[in-house]
Amino acid sequence: LQRDYRFERVWFWGCIQGLRGAYYIAEGLGPNRAAPRSRLYSLNCLDWSLLTPATKEMLALAEQLKGRFQGDPSFEYNLAEINAEAAARLTESGREPVIKEEARLIATIEQIDREVGIVPRGAFVKTPLGSVHENRHFEGLSLLEAKKLSSYFHFTEPVNLKNKTLLEKADLDPSTDFLDSLEHDIPRGSWSIQLEKGGTVVVLRSLLWLGLTFYHVPMTKQFGYVYFGTGEKNLDLPFML
Amino acid sequence: EHGPYQPHEPGYGLDQPGYSPYEDEIPDPQARMLAIKNAKAYLLKTSTRSGLNLYDHFANILTKILDEQPTNTVDIIEDISKDVKWAQFRKKMDTLRDEHLILPTFEAAEKCKALFVKEVGEEEREELDEEMPSLPNVMETAFYFEQAGIGLDKDESYYIFLSLKNLINVQPIQTCRFWGKILGLEMNYIIAEVQLHEGEGGEEEETAEEEEEAVAEGEKEMGEAEEEEGEEKEKEAEPPKSTYKPPPEIPKEENGTGTNKYIYFVCNEPGKPWVKLPPVTPAQIVCARKIKKFFTGRLDAPIVSFPPFPGNEANYLRAQIARISAGTHVSPTGFYQFANEDEEEEEGDAYEENPEFEPPPVIEMVESLATWAHHVKGILKQGRCVWINPSQKSEENEEEEDEEEEDKEEEGEEQQEERGLPLLTLISEDEGMKNIPAWTAQASTNLIPQYSVAILQSNRWPGAYAFASGRKFDNIYFGWGHKYSPESHTPTLPPPAQAEYPSGPGITETVDPTVEEEIAFRIAQEEALAGEEEEGEEEEVEDD
Repeated sequence: LQRDYRFERVWFWGCIQGLRGAYYIAEGLGPNRAAPRSRLYSLNCLDWSLLTPATKEMLALAEQLKGRFQGDPSFEYNLAEINAEAAARLTESGREPVIKEEARLIATIEQIDREVGIVPRGAFVKTPLGSVHENRHFEGLSLLEAKKLSSYFHFTEPVNLKNKTLLEKADLDPSTDFLDSLEHDIPRGSWSIQLEKGGTVVVLRSLLWLGLTFYHVPMTKQFGYVYFGTGEKNLDLPFML
Repeated sequence: EHGPYQPHEPGYGLDQPGYSPYEDEIPDPQARMLAIKNAKAYLLKTSTRSGLNLYDHFANILTKILDEQPTNTVDIIEDISKDVKWAQFRKKMDTLRDEHLILPTFEAAEKCKALFVKEVGEEEREELDEEMPSLPNVMETAFYFEQAGIGLDKDESYYIFLSLKNLINVQPIQTCRFWGKILGLEMNYIIAEVQLHEGEGGEEEETAEEEEEAVAEGEKEMGEAEEEEGEEKEKEAEPPKSTYKPPPEIPKEENGTGTNKYIYFVCNEPGKPWVKLPPVTPAQIVCARKIKKFFTGRLDAPIVSFPPFPGNEANYLRAQIARISAGTHVSPTGFYQFANEDEEEEEGDAYEENPEFEPPPVIEMVESLATWAHHVKGILKQGRCVWINPSQKSEENEEEEDEEEEDKEEEGEEQQEERGLPLLTLISEDEGMKNIPAWTAQASTNLIPQYSVAILQSNRWPGAYAFASGRKFDNIYFGWGHKYSPESHTPTLPPPAQAEYPSGPGITETVDPTVEEEIAFRIAQEEALAGEEEEGEEEEVEDD
């Protein structure tokens, strides 16, 4: 994959389990780490197909779809049952009122990355030119820092950063703190932090997307996240806390 | 902190000979040396905050750069500078603090070390092979599940193996099995399913009976008090007594049968002591069906929910374990058979291994769900595996009450007898939700069919897996402990407020007429009467 698509970095994103089969997803990146990622999926880890980037329309439609993935990329969901308006709009424009599972897959992966894709603080730096690189000087978080939610950031366009008070902003270092921290995630407590193996590994599990697991070995450069699950958002979260 | 490098900052260019603003005033070289010394003195000026000075700091940075020779130095120069400062800082801290922190890693390792220590008396015990309980081969099970991509880290599996061995040594256990792992917010639960030797669960039964007697006595006392008060009713007017009687409590199933067939031990991490979970009551199961809550990892945490859950997290955990076991524990069809042919009805609880079982090939196990069967009884709506008529139990308490009330209660409490599915039903009869089948079956690998293992994933309880390979099979659970529902979870609404007594003219309060109004009314009545008399007289006159 790395050779064919000329990616600089390729990694295994995770696995979405459908009813009849599972989708294995890989992501690849070019030099700019903050650029939209190219995603590929495969049913058997041998043949990979590129997924088109997600459009807003796809995201909006996919949020309406509930239930498990089927495991067949060409499976079509009948939109008419779910959202009559969207179906009407589509028929007017001459297309069939269905949405393919592939589109749902794209939208789901994009949502997961956007909402719960996290990195430790300091792992990425932003240059004055705006492009984002890995910080080669990143030695890992210390054990104390690793237990705090504020040491982890969402790896997407920051939403809350501008809302912080001037006092807080003064403490921030613009080269490393250019992303949203996890502390202010709504609802509070939607992350579970655990130390495993006697404190050698920090594991964060998202409760919003059940199955997203992030790991980090403190004082080393190792970190990453992976998704193993059904691909459904946990909308019952407020009731469960 | 850094030297001035912007043109507008004061002192810019001072440290470069030949560029100072006072140049025209210092023509001769001696003064230039002085300027250089001034510049150096400036660099050596100690910062008031951290005790460092710029000169030494630059020297350290340059030394470090020349030693390490990193690539693209100019890009990371600020980080190098910070690192040098950090290194200085740390040295100071070391002289202040003498004690070293006990790493949490060390503490955890201590606990795990205890698992590895072999007891001295074990060699004597090994002679009693007949009564040795069967230790489950956790590593073997973990290997099979690993073929499917499910399971724990090998190290963790081994720790669990050792802690199960410890559990067996401590408790009088007949059979033991690693049930699975439930994730929680702060800590996780590792769960072992256990059957104790007969008679060992006796302590709990006694306390349960004592509780029941106490409750019955309490009700009897209340009944007597009611009688006494009934006699006194004639003497004093009392506020009306509430005729509400809570529905009789459905008794929990005996230890060793139904939902309480197995006893469960949990621990947060291997190496920590095992805690026994209390047996589950039907009320807890009924309530657990209605709520959906994450586990925190602490057994004594309260469950705040509506409807209010009768118990704390230990009870909720036990209820979920019971539901998961009832819903997802399967085995290949024919592996178990009924001990007694007559007992095929729901009453039959006993099954035993079928010695003539021929395992079907893996392909068949994957393609047809009829090759798997439940071997745990399903839980009825009542919360038990065997239905019980609650009005039978309350007969004792009804003797002291009026007969009328008795009749009303019996009419209201007549519940439908619930019938569950018989014990060894095939899982192909499990209902799906909407268009989602209840189970998904796969073979672990398509490439090497001789050694592939049949894997079953439950869609109703995501996280429950079962594997079968020849005569070996097992069930396991790794997950958050919640059932899958295609719709969002809606908590039950509180019951509507009880309707007030309908207000009509009969009980509506009216303002009492005032004295003047009464007098006026009486006068009007008398006038009317007088008027009628006059009319009557007139009529009489007319008749004449």
